[in-house]
Amino acid sequence: MIVPSFSARGRRGRRLVSCLLLGAVICLLPFFCNAYWLDVCVSIGLYALLALSLNLILGQAGIFHMGHAAFFGVGAYATAILNTMFHIPVLWLMPVSGAAAALFALVVARPIIHLRGDYLLIVTIGIVEIVRIALLNDVGGITGGSNGIFGISRPQLFGFRIYKSLHFYWLVWGMVGVTLLLFYGLWHSRVGRALNYIKADDVAAEGCGVNVSLYKLTAFVLGAFWAGMAGTIYAAKMSTIAPESFNFMESVIIFAVVILSGGSQLGVLISAFLFIGLPELLREFSDARMLIFGLAMMLMMIWRPQGLLPCLPRVYARLRGAVAPGANVEERRA
Amino acid sequence: MEQFFQQLLNGLAVGGIYALVALGYTMVYGVLKLINFAHGDLFTIGAYLGLTLLVSGGLAGSLPPVLAVLLVFFMVGLLVALIGCALERVAYRPLQKAGRLSAVVSALGASIFFQNAVMLAYGARPYVYPNSLRPDFTIELFGYALPGMRVMVIVATVALMLALWAFIQKTRMGAAVRAVAIDQSAARLMGINVNRIISLVFLIGPGLGGMAGLLVGMYYGKIDFTMGWTYGLKAFTAAILGGIGNIPGAMLGGLLLGVVEALAASYVAFAWKDAVAFCVLILILIIRPTGILGERTADKL
Repeated sequence: MIVPSFSARGRRGRRLVSCLLLGAVICLLPFFCNAYWLDVCVSIGLYALLALSLNLILGQAGIFHMGHAAFFGVGAYATAILNTMFHIPVLWLMPVSGAAAALFALVVARPIIHLRGDYLLIVTIGIVEIVRIALLNDVGGITGGSNGIFGISRPQLFGFRIYKSLHFYWLVWGMVGVTLLLFYGLWHSRVGRALNYIKADDVAAEGCGVNVSLYKLTAFVLGAFWAGMAGTIYAAKMSTIAPESFNFMESVIIFAVVILSGGSQLGVLISAFLFIGLPELLREFSDARMLIFGLAMMLMMIWRPQGLLPCLPRVYARLRGAVAPGANVEERRA
Repeated sequence: MEQFFQQLLNGLAVGGIYALVALGYTMVYGVLKLINFAHGDLFTIGAYLGLTLLVSGGLAGSLPPVLAVLLVFFMVGLLVALIGCALERVAYRPLQKAGRLSAVVSALGASIFFQNAVMLAYGARPYVYPNSLRPDFTIELFGYALPGMRVMVIVATVALMLALWAFIQKTRMGAAVRAVAIDQSAARLMGINVNRIISLVFLIGPGLGGMAGLLVGMYYGKIDFTMGWTYGLKAFTAAILGGIGNIPGAMLGGLLLGVVEALAASYVAFAWKDAVAFCVLILILIIRPTGILGERTADKL
């Protein structure tokens, strides 16, 4: 049993305060932003959503996955196709698109999930490229080729039509909030522990009776489901989507956000702000913007190789010998 | 038959280029267990430097074209090798002790940096290699007329690969490279200066990659600043195909990928040419995860 030292306790306290502060900033931001920065914040929220879903796969389960844009794209295209062809309301399509992305993930991940780290990395890159090329070549005659699909309708929530940037801001960040809570619960559950065990040592995990392939696949499919739902929001926000929005570079950015975060959810949010906000701040350098961005990526990794905010160690027993509810009982049942 | 034969040779030429780039990936992976995502952009830098040296270096005017091209070929190799070596010092060495994915992100950052540096230095529009420097003779072989450029690219890539093979297999330094690839700490205990070997690998890999960039410029006649992504990804695919970390594997994987791609482009569908490489990759990894020549290694146990 790990007994938290006072410093760890202090860190935990500081994390909580930072979380609340960040939450307050996000709630107050729309009142101080102009239209341009509001749009930037919407896209930060979208990337935060994608990065949180990838964090489940890459940060928690330690599966080297650099093709998250593929699932994002499948979700966005599912929404776009179903909405423009059958006029199904966009928000109804959110779980449908999630399921489409999850199903796609299940089909492609099943045969490759056992691959070792770097092999998986390169295969997932291959998947992104294949998806992009398939969309570009207008597969099945429904993806619109390189022009993509336009005229996706605006979402409606209880009769309220979401069309302004401000509305999307609340939609995206509300979704981020829900995601944070759900994934926090997952991290504390049996599944979360199993995924962390697999990341630390998959052979030992298998030896202890954790079904490694099943859990890895679960993480993959769940992450893809979330990315698919983010795709719905993206399609609704843009009302036009094209294959180039889901290329390898997108995957790289989502991947880098997760690695820089260090694996904790707070880290993911901060890292998303840095990654998407920084290039916008560098607008005045116009052409040299991405040059500085690449340099910053290198420097940030050299400065903090472990990421901004790594997950704090799990606590099962509190000080003074009190047993945390659930923790040990569940362990024994396993 | 004629078309098949021409496409086969085209595939071998392109495959040779893939193989040269793949060697850089596989050697770096061998010693550092790092996918050097910036390698594709070092290749782009090679193509651009070659163009600059050929056109504005004044070499083309004062020397016979063949000699000028040959000289530039080696100059590009040397310059890109130095850039590669500097990259390792700045971006990868501080991360040697850190997690492997941190180094991967650093490599991705370096890739974005190089790509945009090329764009800033040369502008975003594609460049054209001067036709006067590209050989336009044809060679008769088995009754077919073969473009001279195609043959020259094949000859150049094969020569470089043989030279590398001889270096790795026959020299003391080559043995040290192989030793570091097998077990870094054991090699260190045997008195091998591991950091020096890593520097050496970062000289050879990018050097070959830069030369491959020049070859692509000569072969297709057109270069642009984003081409590193596609070639890099394909070359890495080739390296995996042959078994990553395995030098003959990278050569074989590159040639194989080039041929499969050329044949698929002419017989299946041209628009899907880029997807073919990745489909082959996924198939290979499902059937034989260690690649064609890769040896089964024990995982962490």
